[in-house]
Amino acid sequence: MIKKNLFILLALLIWQPLLHAELTIEITEGVEGALPIAVAPFAWQGSGSPPEDIAAVINADLQRSGRFKTLPRADMPARPGTVEEIEFKDWRTLGVDNLVVGQMQSNGAGGYQIQFQLLDVFRGEQLTGYSIPTTAPNLRSTAHRIADLIYEKLLGVPGAFATRVAYITSVKQPEGETRIDLNIADADGHNPETIVSTSEPLMSPAWSPDGLKIAYVSFEGGQSAIYVQGVYTGKRRKITAFKGINSAPAWSPDGRKLAMTLSKDGNPDIFIYDLITRKLQPITRHYAIDTEPAWSPDGRSIVFTSDRGGKPQIYRVSAFGGKAQRITFQNSYNARASFSPDGELLTLVTREEGKYRIAVQDLESGVMQVLSQGSLDESPSVREPVWSPIKQ
Amino acid sequence: MNKVLILWAPLLFSLLLVAGCSSTPTSEAAGAEVSEQSTGADGTAGGEASTSAASQSGEWYGDPLENPNSLLATRVIYFDFDQSTVRTDYLDVIQAHADYLAANPQMVVRLEGHADEKGTREYNLGLGENRANAVRSLMLAQGVSDNQLIVVSYGEERSAAFEHNDESWALNRRVELIY
Repeated sequence: MIKKNLFILLALLIWQPLLHAELTIEITEGVEGALPIAVAPFAWQGSGSPPEDIAAVINADLQRSGRFKTLPRADMPARPGTVEEIEFKDWRTLGVDNLVVGQMQSNGAGGYQIQFQLLDVFRGEQLTGYSIPTTAPNLRSTAHRIADLIYEKLLGVPGAFATRVAYITSVKQPEGETRIDLNIADADGHNPETIVSTSEPLMSPAWSPDGLKIAYVSFEGGQSAIYVQGVYTGKRRKITAFKGINSAPAWSPDGRKLAMTLSKDGNPDIFIYDLITRKLQPITRHYAIDTEPAWSPDGRSIVFTSDRGGKPQIYRVSAFGGKAQRITFQNSYNARASFSPDGELLTLVTREEGKYRIAVQDLESGVMQVLSQGSLDESPSVREPVWSPIKQ
Repeated sequence: MNKVLILWAPLLFSLLLVAGCSSTPTSEAAGAEVSEQSTGADGTAGGEASTSAASQSGEWYGDPLENPNSLLATRVIYFDFDQSTVRTDYLDVIQAHADYLAANPQMVVRLEGHADEKGTREYNLGLGENRANAVRSLMLAQGVSDNQLIVVSYGEERSAAFEHNDESWALNRRVELIY
């Protein structure tokens, strides 16, 4: 199941070129056997029109995941707001497996109560249902949380709708300068906010495990440096600004350390920086390019890219240093590996017939499976957006 | 005999040009050879060629860095795909810059390494640094002092060309010399 979920996240997300601040996430392909579901418009109990179309947000989330085939509103036989109003047979004939109904009430003081029920259309029974209090600014995030609950109930794995995404935009200004921004937005591209703005390159944003900080690389001042910035405080700390490359920050699972690439000693090597003791520990020492460190979920080992064998391949090393072992052997270019949450798979960029694609390698069997079909599937499409680890 | 030479001269000239182009696009040495041989071969009928040769050897009184006909005017060194070895056709350009820097120890040059967009961003940062370091090593060997050279890699973050094709990629695999 997790494999499938990973596939959805990696293979089906295409990031549109960003001309405006608003992020557009387009899904170009669904999966075979997507679950048919209908999300009826939520009944509104308040004056005027509802402040947010909760059902539309939920519907778009489910549709965008590729795992659901949602029924367009125009094709709905009715608009039930409660279970009592549902004629299950009408929905059965449309081939809808599941139906979501709900209500939104205003409590007057800017607060709202949202209730929803997820129903099995064939059995005519409720699978799950919640009543959630929320406020006007949080209506969309409440809708995303409901989509997560539906996703988890039906597919058995948590959804990732109520997360946020970090991304970098580069826009040429009329004066000829390029403005480069680090932005965060809801997982559906709404509510974009710029948290760093500069005219020099920014790269490698990485969320801390608690979702409160972002580490990134900035070239402001004409030289790369690694920063850690509080997402909600805006305060930042310069972590390293050695001569040469300071890049590829990767948070340890406990959020205490950053693995990184530094070339201060003459060529890029992997180091671990302890954010509390501020001590730097060398992990690799080789004249080749060693970069793109990523932690195993248990925090005990690190995978990284190295061209010590002539071409870039993935190697694994203990998080305490020591001898590195090569773990990719298929194809002549493998880079930017990261672990799946269960630690069983690596996702990586591979070159196949001159084209750069996203692949998954099973760590136990060593078998690699190429997932994407593009030719430059690395930047800016699949890798660049970084998902926040927590649900807002 | 003279007629044959005159007929052959333009052909020889163009053949040499083609040879110069196909081996390496910016081979300064090959270019010099072309003008020398063409003036030598035709003698009487080489008005255009001898004019250009004269201006090339014209004296320059300003800052050598500003001389458009000097090898110092070449400020970008291009690299082959996935390579960080300096191509032989750039050795004389690097030599010229090294000579200039050695003679002007107060001058500092920034060597900015770049990569094309193929492959991952972080690896390309390493590749860009390798390229800049390759130029740096050659300059150090020519007597330039370490504190005159600043190496910065931008990887694929600062493209010179923005299409997704071979031409653009070739223009992006480079080291820029910035005085």
